[in-house]
Amino acid sequence: MSAVHGAPRVNPIDGLADALAAALGASMVEVVEAHFEISVTVERAALADVMVILRDQFAYQQLMEIAGVDYPDRAERFEVVYQLLSVTKNHRLSVKVATDEDHAVPSVTHIWPVAGWLEREVFDMYGVLFSGNTDLRRILTDYGFKGHPQRKDFPLTGYVELRYSEDAKRVVYEPVKLAQDFRSFDFMSPWEGAEYILPGDEKAGGQAPGAPTPAAAPPPPSAVPSTPPPPTPKTTEHKGQTGAGEPANSEAAKPSGDKT
Amino acid sequence: MSDYIEKLDHVVNADDPSPGDTEIQNYTINFGPQHPAAHGVLRLVMELDGEIVERCDPHVGLLHRGTEKLIEYKTYLQALPYFDRLDYCSPLGMEHSYVLAIEKLLNLEVPIRAQYLRVFFAELTRICNHMLNLGSHVMDVGAMTPNLWLFEIREDCLNFFERASGARMHSAYFRPGGVHQDVPLKLLTDIADWLDTRLPRLFEDAISLVADNRIFKQRNVDIAVVSKEDALKWGFSGPMIRGSGIPWDIRKSQPYDVYDRMQFDVPIGTNFDCYDRFMIRVEEVRQSARIMKQCLSEMPEGPIASFDRKVSPPKRGEMKQSMEALIHHFKLYTEGFHVPAGDVYVATESPKGEFGVYLVSDGSNKPYRCKIRPTAFSHLQSMDFQLKGHMLADVTAVLGAMDIVFGECDR
Repeated sequence: MSAVHGAPRVNPIDGLADALAAALGASMVEVVEAHFEISVTVERAALADVMVILRDQFAYQQLMEIAGVDYPDRAERFEVVYQLLSVTKNHRLSVKVATDEDHAVPSVTHIWPVAGWLEREVFDMYGVLFSGNTDLRRILTDYGFKGHPQRKDFPLTGYVELRYSEDAKRVVYEPVKLAQDFRSFDFMSPWEGAEYILPGDEKAGGQAPGAPTPAAAPPPPSAVPSTPPPPTPKTTEHKGQTGAGEPANSEAAKPSGDKT
Repeated sequence: MSDYIEKLDHVVNADDPSPGDTEIQNYTINFGPQHPAAHGVLRLVMELDGEIVERCDPHVGLLHRGTEKLIEYKTYLQALPYFDRLDYCSPLGMEHSYVLAIEKLLNLEVPIRAQYLRVFFAELTRICNHMLNLGSHVMDVGAMTPNLWLFEIREDCLNFFERASGARMHSAYFRPGGVHQDVPLKLLTDIADWLDTRLPRLFEDAISLVADNRIFKQRNVDIAVVSKEDALKWGFSGPMIRGSGIPWDIRKSQPYDVYDRMQFDVPIGTNFDCYDRFMIRVEEVRQSARIMKQCLSEMPEGPIASFDRKVSPPKRGEMKQSMEALIHHFKLYTEGFHVPAGDVYVATESPKGEFGVYLVSDGSNKPYRCKIRPTAFSHLQSMDFQLKGHMLADVTAVLGAMDIVFGECDR
């Protein structure tokens, strides 16, 4: 696929994937070239060594960004993505490492001091720990904030809201109260496998997700056609045939009058 | 007073030959979060030895609005206006990275006129941004008049944005696949006139007041000198890395849209101080005007958005005639478009430096993750080592030369 987009054009380096595999050896998990970019996934324990190799042998002098991503379905749910830039080779490389809540990622602050705040942000947003970062405080959230807001299981609305209280003469924190339920539309087509019960389909249990199954086809007509019963003429010979039935309440049939 | 001296008279310390000297301790002060020179809500906790800054700990996040979290709950198009609100001094620069990231995932071709319009307005944004930064920088170090003159130019820029997109600041003008709507010819001719007459007159007047001014130089020359090695280690970009003498400009080295057709020079610093950073921005304004003039002379006629109807909506007139166009419009503005699964990191040269978007898609109509790389984060982090040994009054000069906007820093 040739690039027709207008995004920043970086010339690919021939044989970079092989050179990375040779230089990193067992500490590399995989190297992926997709969407005109190259990314390398490495073992968590070897991260700091890998970064030194990438800086010194492959001339990636700058660390531009550390991004956390949360994949709750994975065994190690967090992915930490480092974006490296080489100003001499004019090339970018992303380095990925997987981790979870308990296992710390080696800090790279001794290689690039800029990593200090970037790691603090990933810690703040995801709760990923970085061993070797001496200043792992929260950075973007409020003083005394609880939780890690970028995790996929953290609600968009958060848990607390704050307002100025005239009684207390200060800002007070309270649990979030929503005036209406949080609404999220996914626009999934019911014919293409929306995996939930559509509103109104709650009673149609036992069916496959999506649209209700059509009714079974009628049996094929048998060879001997059954004669239909002779039609009963519609008459109103007796009261039952009028459809009126008995009066519901005999008291109601009594004429109204003055009651003492 | 007299009893204080009396008390000191009785202080005799055998280790200290000068009786009466009390030990002076460093003290800690708060700079901000409400301070006119803090350029927003920045809190600096500074440890001072007299008037010398020993340590500086910036506290950011006071303007954190959870933009990245909000984007995960919006379709790709709905998320676009959040980027205007990141760096509200250069909104189109922020949009540029985001739309390019989407187009890179889709590998979508953008018509050539749309690419010219994007470059044109991105450069107008750069002028607009630098007017604010240069003006507030000179005001932070004590000059008032240039700021007022530069705001005249900024006001002109905002009027041009309004005529192009309908909004002065939050334009939402760049869209995946192109731009929102074509610009009237009169607007382009007006901007061309403005580039020839009003911009150079006002701008050169204002800069002539400060560029060679003795007081301005005393406040900026040799302040916060950053070496090339430090600039690389601390992740500098934009005018900050060029101020440290590294010729790095993403518009030149990794050109996007039609920047590869533009002739412009990249100024770099020689003394690596605050004055260099100021003068680099001054020169960038002139180069931006040069790029805009080239855009005006080369811009072809043609469509301003992609014809891929799965991404870019049809024109209103088309919808009156075509059922298919109506369906496309309806689907794009309810469900939005789906982006192939994958992740890209796209960084452009925003007026403040490298503004990056790391976009992860899971194949649905909403971004799975959209990490925004602000320029201010790495620059502000280096405050501590830049300020060490400088005077308290230099804090505003250093901060002004960094060009920080907190909408972007805190997201």
